[in-house]
Amino acid sequence: MSQHFKKKAQTSQGIPTASLPDIIFMLLIFFMVTTVLREQDVQVRTILPKAEALTKIEQKRYVSYIWMGPEKLGNNEFGDTKVQIDDALIEDLTNIRTIMYRKLSEEPRLIVSLRVDEESEMGIVTDVQQELRKGGTLRINYSSKRDVQTR
Amino acid sequence: MPGLLKHKKVRSEAEIPTSSMADIAFLLLIFFLVTTTIDVDTGIGMTLPPELDPEVEPPPVKERNILTVLINAQGQVLLENEASAINQVRAEVVRHVQNNGADEAYAESADKAVVSIKTDRQTPYDMYIQALDEVWMAYFEMWDSEARKLGAANYQDYRDSLGPDDENLVRERIPAQISLAEPDIGDGSI
Repeated sequence: MSQHFKKKAQTSQGIPTASLPDIIFMLLIFFMVTTVLREQDVQVRTILPKAEALTKIEQKRYVSYIWMGPEKLGNNEFGDTKVQIDDALIEDLTNIRTIMYRKLSEEPRLIVSLRVDEESEMGIVTDVQQELRKGGTLRINYSSKRDVQTR
Repeated sequence: MPGLLKHKKVRSEAEIPTSSMADIAFLLLIFFLVTTTIDVDTGIGMTLPPELDPEVEPPPVKERNILTVLINAQGQVLLENEASAINQVRAEVVRHVQNNGADEAYAESADKAVVSIKTDRQTPYDMYIQALDEVWMAYFEMWDSEARKLGAANYQDYRDSLGPDDENLVRERIPAQISLAEPDIGDGSI
């Protein structure tokens, strides 16, 4: 008789934890899918040139990008060469000096990475460089890819 | 009989299951694997000259110490006023920097040598990068051989062996002095 009573007490009262990992996984997957890692929408085409004498930028957080290249118009068409910093196309290049000066005061170790399309002309690159000099951001990096074939 | 029942009761004590810990770890691992960008940002590093004071004259540099690399709008290269191919730049830079006063046309010493790259406004960026690349490769080669003189396998080894306060002798002996000249207005001529 007493055996019956004991058996009844054995049924667990706690919340079942067997599905707990699954719930956590679901949450994790939800956040994985919904999180957008800060990514800039590049509005210009930048096919980087190839080079050999490359240095790596280890400290990625010091890097600020300037994109230069023909504007993407859709349908694989490209417009004039434009300059893009962060998310905006820069129409008046003289704005670069203030933008860069502000960035430099926030991060004195700033490296400006110039991602320039290989078909661009030097004129615009030089104009931007002159602006960078006026802004005081002197550390630059011509972003380029490793040359696969050995010249 | 009662002893057996007591034993059973002890076994049913609540515990957090840890067998799925591994799964959680794997999932996190996969998440970071997927989101981490493996390709490192590479490029050619340069330091721009600071903004010039218009009232202060730049220090004079002897003509022989400057090696001028001109690239015109068509992407043709002129090395010290002689038309040449882009792949000749490297050897010419090495000869210029390591001249040590031997030849009148080249630099007096390695620390005085300057390489000046001048382009047109219409010069393709690709050509400019190729020329700059050649110049840097010349310096990298010279640094490697200089580092070997100091007993290191190559320049990278030498630099890794330096402490934060040590002087970089290689860079001191052969400083990379690359001048980016302001371009001409670009009417096709140089």
